[in-house]
Amino acid sequence: MAIVSSENLPIRAEIDIVTVRRRVREIAAGLGFTLVDQTKMVTAASELARNTMIYGGGGSMRAEALNGPRTGLRLIFEDKGPGIPDIDLALRDGFTTGSGLGLGLGGSKRLVSEFQVLSRVGEGTTVTITRWK
Amino acid sequence: MEKIPILRMGNYLLVTIQVDMHDRLAMALQEDLTRMISDTEARGVLIDISSLEIVDSFIGRMLGNIAAMSRVLDAETVVVGMQPAVAITLVELGLSLAGVRTALNVDAGMELLKAAV
Repeated sequence: MAIVSSENLPIRAEIDIVTVRRRVREIAAGLGFTLVDQTKMVTAASELARNTMIYGGGGSMRAEALNGPRTGLRLIFEDKGPGIPDIDLALRDGFTTGSGLGLGLGGSKRLVSEFQVLSRVGEGTTVTITRWK
Repeated sequence: MEKIPILRMGNYLLVTIQVDMHDRLAMALQEDLTRMISDTEARGVLIDISSLEIVDSFIGRMLGNIAAMSRVLDAETVVVGMQPAVAITLVELGLSLAGVRTALNVDAGMELLKAAV
């Protein structure tokens, strides 16, 4: 598997979430994802970018276009925020420490092929999602 | 600041969301609509989301809030025109928009509103 292209987008303000959505849409469309698969990836990116901003205090997203043997799109959301003490709990639908619906993390997981959360309390959180074509 | 326009037509308020909404814009729409319902004594609200390429949990929550708030103010809300890919994604995300009336298009939505009020 090779990384065909890679780029970094900052997630510092609300408007950056819109930029993330637009860029993920463009890359997914460029890779030949179906409309439904594009929509799932963009929606997952929107949820995770918002988490990065609200709970992580800001951070960034790296987008990697993957090729051979399979074509895919990997998105890595990184923040240096407070971290998630209990990841299983955070993945549960309806659980939130904020004012949202608590669907962001668990919901995003259902929209992608691969999902990984790495978090250390006091150091930050990295969420990696991959969707294969 | 940019705003999403709200049109008044008789007893109804019409909103077409044509931009990729950032969160604050969605919050502003919620407040503007609630104020307009109260000011104009509108009986129905029709929200056309056919241009929206995604509905995430934030926008979904906003639609649910608008429906609930308008109901409290004695108005009905219908959300129309959701793209099929958006519907598929929304349900997998875990949002079923319970409590929000939906219709396939503006015509069907207006019929639903007329029947309801």
